[in-house]
Amino acid sequence: MSNNNNTSAPRDAQWREDLRKRLTAKERTAIARVKMPELDPQYRVTCNEEVNQGINAEQAVIEASRCMDCPDPQCVTGCPVNINIPGFIKNIERGDFHAAAVVLKETSALPAVCGRVCPQEKQCESRCIYHKMKKEPVAIGYLERFAADTERLSGNIAQPTIADKNGIKVAVVGSGPAGLSFAGDMAKRGFSVTVFEALHEIGGVLKYGIPEFRLPNAVVEVEIDGLRAMGVEFIKDCIVGKTLTYDDLHEMGFKGIFVASGAGLPRFMGIPGENLNGVMSSNEYLTRVNLMGAGRADWDTPVLQGKRVAVIGGGNTAMDSVRTARRMGAETVMIIYRRSEAEMPARVEEVKHAKEEGVQFLTLHNPIEYKADDKGRVSTMLVQKMELGEPDADGRRSPVAIEGAIEEIPVDLVIVSVGVSPNPLIPNAISQLETSRRGTIVVDESTMQSSLDDLYAGGDIVRGGATVILAMGDGRRAAASMAEALSK
Amino acid sequence: MNKIIEKEHFSEKVVKLVVEAPMIARSRRPGHFVIVRAGEHGERIPLTIADADIERGTITLVIQAIGNSTQKICALNPGDYLTDVVGPLGKATHIENVGTVVCCGGGVGVAPLLPIIKAMKQAGNKVITVLAARSKDLIILEDQVRPYSDEVIIMTDDGSYGRQGLVTNGVEEVIQREKVDQVVTIGPAIMMKFVSLLTKKYNVPTVCSLNTIMVDGTGMCGACRITVEGKTRFVCIDGPEFDAHKVDFDEMLMRLRSYN
Repeated sequence: MSNNNNTSAPRDAQWREDLRKRLTAKERTAIARVKMPELDPQYRVTCNEEVNQGINAEQAVIEASRCMDCPDPQCVTGCPVNINIPGFIKNIERGDFHAAAVVLKETSALPAVCGRVCPQEKQCESRCIYHKMKKEPVAIGYLERFAADTERLSGNIAQPTIADKNGIKVAVVGSGPAGLSFAGDMAKRGFSVTVFEALHEIGGVLKYGIPEFRLPNAVVEVEIDGLRAMGVEFIKDCIVGKTLTYDDLHEMGFKGIFVASGAGLPRFMGIPGENLNGVMSSNEYLTRVNLMGAGRADWDTPVLQGKRVAVIGGGNTAMDSVRTARRMGAETVMIIYRRSEAEMPARVEEVKHAKEEGVQFLTLHNPIEYKADDKGRVSTMLVQKMELGEPDADGRRSPVAIEGAIEEIPVDLVIVSVGVSPNPLIPNAISQLETSRRGTIVVDESTMQSSLDDLYAGGDIVRGGATVILAMGDGRRAAASMAEALSK
Repeated sequence: MNKIIEKEHFSEKVVKLVVEAPMIARSRRPGHFVIVRAGEHGERIPLTIADADIERGTITLVIQAIGNSTQKICALNPGDYLTDVVGPLGKATHIENVGTVVCCGGGVGVAPLLPIIKAMKQAGNKVITVLAARSKDLIILEDQVRPYSDEVIIMTDDGSYGRQGLVTNGVEEVIQREKVDQVVTIGPAIMMKFVSLLTKKYNVPTVCSLNTIMVDGTGMCGACRITVEGKTRFVCIDGPEFDAHKVDFDEMLMRLRSYN
C-alpha cells in the first residue's frame, strides 16, 4: 500500500529498520504522551494569538519515539488522504525534520493547516495501537504541525517534484481546502491550474471561517504561496456561474473543472424573532471578524458587540463563534445546544478550550423564540429544556422537549450556528448538472465526477458540511481521476 | 483592482463612476449588482449596476455618500482604483412585454432603474417613468431615462422642479388615469413601502429592488435576509427583486438600522 510505494520514507528503508531497534516496545510505551503547550486562558481571551503554541524539537523527538512503526499502520487508514504517518514520524525521531515535511507533502497540500484543525482524535489517532494498550495514542496531529511549522520557519521550504507541463488547462472553483488540495495535486501532475475565488482573499473557510486563534492566516498564506510557486494561478473576485459561465470556461480552453464552492447558505431555525437585529449567522459573525477585520482599528467593517452572547449549536463553528465573542469583549458567553455534551459534534479540544475561557454550556436547551427591546434589538430568548430520547438515524439520541420547562434568558447578541446548506450558485447556473434534493452536487464517490463529463466536485458542495481534511481528500480523489480521464 | 475611468457629480453627495470591469460588463443584465471594496481594510458594499459598455469593458455605478465607506468611494477620482469589484450578483430583472409599465425611482434608486427602463422599453412596453427626490438638484439621470420613456413625471418634495409631492402622488395619478400592468420601484425602503401599499390598493403587480446590508453577496452570511410571504429570503441570491406586495418592509426598515 501507499506506505511503501511512492514515498521517500518506505518502511523497509535501512534507517527505519535501525530506528525500530533503537528502543524496545516497552521503552516506547513507557513514555507519556506530550502535552500541547497552550496560552493561559486569562491572557488569550484578551487577544487573537494562537492558543496552541506547538511542541518543541525535543518534545517532538520524544513523542515520535512513542510510535511503534507498526507493520500494518492503522493510523494511515484513518487518514482521509492516507498520509504516510509512520514515515514522517520516524523522520522526526531520527531528527530529520525537513524529510518529515517532505513525506507530509507527498499526500497533503496543507500539512500545517491539518496539523491544527483536523479532528485527529476521530481519524488517525483513533486507530493508534496505543488504544489497545489502554494508553493515549501517539500525538500525530501535534507531530504533523511540528514538522510543517519547522519547515516553514526554517525558510527552506521543500517544493514537491512537478511533472513536465502537459499543456492541459484545468479550472478550480473555490479556493478552500478541497480546491487547494486539488490544485496542488494537478500542478504536481503537470497540469496548468487556475483557481477562481469569489471573495477578495484566497483560502475560503480557512480565512473567513476558522479564527486566527486556532489557525493563523500567516500559516494559510505560506501554504498558498507554496501552490503559487508550483505554478497555480489564483483569480479572486470571480464567481463561476456569474462572472464567468460554464461555457466561458470551455471557451477559455479549460478541459476539466473541479467545483469546490463550499457550503453557502447558513441555516436558521425558523423560530419567531430570528430576523431581529442582534441575531445573525455564525458565517456572518465570523466573516465580519476574520475576513473583514471587524473590531480591529482602521478596518471599516462593523460588527455588533454583545455583552451577553448566546451561540446556538454544538459544532466547531459554534465553538469558534463563542470563543470569538469572548475575545470581542463579551462578559457572558453561552453555548445553547439541544442535546447533551456527549452528542456535541465539536472537537473535544475546542470544547475544553471554550470551557477554560469561561464559556457556559447550556446543553439540553433549545431556543424557541427571540424577543426584542423597543428598538428592535434582541433582548431575551426563550429556551425549551430538553431530555434525551431514543437514538435517531445518525445514532445520536434525539432530544425531546420537557413540557412546560421554558426559561427566559437575557441576551444582546445571538449567533446561530446550526449548519449550512450547499451554495446554490453553481447548480443554478448549470441546469444540466444533477443535484440531490438537499442541493448538493451528485458525484460518483470514487471519482468525484458529476453528471457532466468534465465537471468534478468535492468538499461541502458535495457533502453538505464536512471537515477540512475530508474536503482535501475529495480534492485528491478528484485530481487522480480527472488526471487519468484527461490523459487518455 | 478596477480602474476608475470617469467620474461625474450628480449632486453634492451623489457620484457616478465608470469603472473598468470587462467580464462583469459582458455578463451583467438589468437588475444585477456588484460588491465593491475601497481599500485593503475596506467594507464590502453592494451597488446596483446602472449601465455597462461591453466595448469599453466598463460598468457604471451611482453612489450616494451616506456612510464612511460610500464617502471613501465617492472621493475616488479617475485613475484611482477600486480594490475589488465582484459580480454580477443577484437575479436579473424579469423583462417581458406586459403592456404599460410604470417605473418609479427615488433619489439614487433611479440609477439601477435606468437599465430596467431601457429593457422594458426595448421589450415593447409603454413605459411611464416617475422620478422623485427631495429637491431639483437631487433629480438624477433625467436626460438618460427620457429616450426610453413614453412619459416622464417628476416629483419633488419642495416643488422646486416638476410637481410638488411624493412619488406615490405621481404613480397614483397614472393608475387612476390609465390601465397599468406593472410597477417597478427602486429607491429608499420607506418609499418602496408606500409605493407597494398604494399599488396593492389598486391591485397592480409591483416589483421592488431591495438594497439591504450585505457582507459577501453570494448567500454565505445571511445579513441581507428579509421576510417575503412569511418566509426568510436572502436578497443577494433570491433577489434583489421581489414581489413588493409580499415583502415585510417594516422588518426590512428595522434591519437596515442594525448598525445605526
